[in-house]
Amino acid sequence: MKSVALHSKRTTVLLKSLLMLLFFAFSISTYAQDVDEARQKEGKKLFKSLCASCHKLDKKLVGPALAGIESRRENDWLKAWIKNNAELRATGDADAVAIFEEYNGSNMSAFPQLTDQNIDDILYYTTVGEIKKAAPAGAVAAVSAGSTSGAPEWIIYLLAGAIVVAFLMIASLLKQVNELKGVKKPSVESNLKRDLQELWEGIKKNTFLHVLFVIFAALMGAYIVFGTLFKVGVDEGYQPVQPIVFSHKIHAGDNKIDCQYCHSSAKHSKHSGIPSVNVCMNCHKNISEVAENTVVELEDGVVLGKQELDKEIAKVYKAAGWDAENLEYTGETQPIKWVRIHNLPDFVYFNHSQHVTVQGVKCQKCHGPVEEMEELYQHAPLTMGWCIDCHRETKVDLKGNEYYAKIHEQLAKKYGVEKVTAAQLGGLECGKCHY
Amino acid sequence: MKNIKIIFALVVFTSIISCNDKRTPQLQYMPDMYESVPYNTDAENGLLGDPVNLKPVAGTIARGGHAAYEYLDTNEGYELAKTNLKNPLEATEENLANGKAMYTIYCTSCHGSKGDGNGYLSQAEKFLGIPNYKDRDLTEGSIYHVLMHGKNLMGSHSSQLTYKERWQIVQYVEVLRADLSK
Repeated sequence: MKSVALHSKRTTVLLKSLLMLLFFAFSISTYAQDVDEARQKEGKKLFKSLCASCHKLDKKLVGPALAGIESRRENDWLKAWIKNNAELRATGDADAVAIFEEYNGSNMSAFPQLTDQNIDDILYYTTVGEIKKAAPAGAVAAVSAGSTSGAPEWIIYLLAGAIVVAFLMIASLLKQVNELKGVKKPSVESNLKRDLQELWEGIKKNTFLHVLFVIFAALMGAYIVFGTLFKVGVDEGYQPVQPIVFSHKIHAGDNKIDCQYCHSSAKHSKHSGIPSVNVCMNCHKNISEVAENTVVELEDGVVLGKQELDKEIAKVYKAAGWDAENLEYTGETQPIKWVRIHNLPDFVYFNHSQHVTVQGVKCQKCHGPVEEMEELYQHAPLTMGWCIDCHRETKVDLKGNEYYAKIHEQLAKKYGVEKVTAAQLGGLECGKCHY
Repeated sequence: MKNIKIIFALVVFTSIISCNDKRTPQLQYMPDMYESVPYNTDAENGLLGDPVNLKPVAGTIARGGHAAYEYLDTNEGYELAKTNLKNPLEATEENLANGKAMYTIYCTSCHGSKGDGNGYLSQAEKFLGIPNYKDRDLTEGSIYHVLMHGKNLMGSHSSQLTYKERWQIVQYVEVLRADLSK
């Protein structure tokens, strides 16, 4: 009995410990799966607003990648560093000095406004990272739904094809049957042919129709010849293939970057200028790949997805001599050979600053809806008639121009108008643009 | 019948010419008149294949221009500019208005129209972590220094702005910062 009792006692202990172990294991595993979402969210918010300008989780940016930083550094050290890294370095902390040296002495901003709790939340975010949403199930469902809805269409086309083939077969069969039966072709056809022949003979003899035809042909010919001649040197709609697939729609449209951010010389000079690559790099130092699902559709029907577009950004890096791996300039630059679209002949003087800065004409007035163009094309004909039309309509902005105030006043009186148009101010004189 | 053939050929020929492929430029009549002998500013090559748009000789200053920026793009340069550099422009309405116009073109995308770091690109999460001006210890010198050399992910904007415009922006940023700190 005693041994049995001992045995039972031993088993209960064993069982209990097993149970404990199970429970423990279970609790650990649940802990690992369950992320404190509120904390993660708070940390993510802080990270995005304060840290993300220099740090990414998975990639080096201005500063090092921060995923799993907690496993590499002590919590206290991190807090001291984040709050004021200069102070920490001043105390002679070897790690702090080492990391400062490693990043070529680039100063990390101090964040004295962060509490310990804030920093813990940020660190928590760097450890757990993004929360994977239960998206796969939905995605699978969507895919399967897409394929089922896609199948009938395919079948419809197949059926339509089959019906057409069947009709053709029946028609050819009927024809063969008719031929075998020896049925002669209906005589109507030859009658019709004869009728047409007679009509043609009649037309040939009719002088009035001859004259009418000649007049018509002459008018058509003149229309075609002049239409062709007037297109000489007018490049409206010209849309060359550029060395880099640059979409104005993405930059000026979707991302709402001002035209003059890149074409910065339009405000002071004759030319609006093609931005040099350093202007591209102001943003693309950070943006090395396009967003998911970005699509650019070219005029030739070619559709470029993320994979191709990332290669286009790589071309910018090549031109700028930017090493995207080590995030530094190599010094090996090469120019991008953009193809010029808008090109006035050299016997015309046109000044961008006069139109953009002085008069405040919107870029779109001459260049069209650029912010909607995947590939840029010439919107306006850029002919002299087109220039003059606008000069006749546009009222000159007289505000804040004391030097010309008097002449404006006199001209307004002379023409009996309230506001002088560009044409009345001399915008039609030959020498204004041709000299 | 012969007539019709000729007319048909003419129509086809002209339509081929007039229905120009938009990838190639149109025919030019007397291109000599279109492109004159002097080099264009954006031309690729000049005499003997040398680039036309060479940089000016080192140390030269354009008429009405200003001496090159002397503070280096280092931490020391930043600190020096922060303490020593002062805005040469007077705080006038005109300067401020143009400062605002320039700020709207070159800065709002990221820094936001109020300077709180909540611009469109920040909202769209293209650029993250843009600081609020009030959270940073800024002086007119440090703002100008960052405009000239950039800082961290921000690049230099010196090529897009003139000397005067940069200082006008500095003035406007200081006004924004004062508004934010209220």
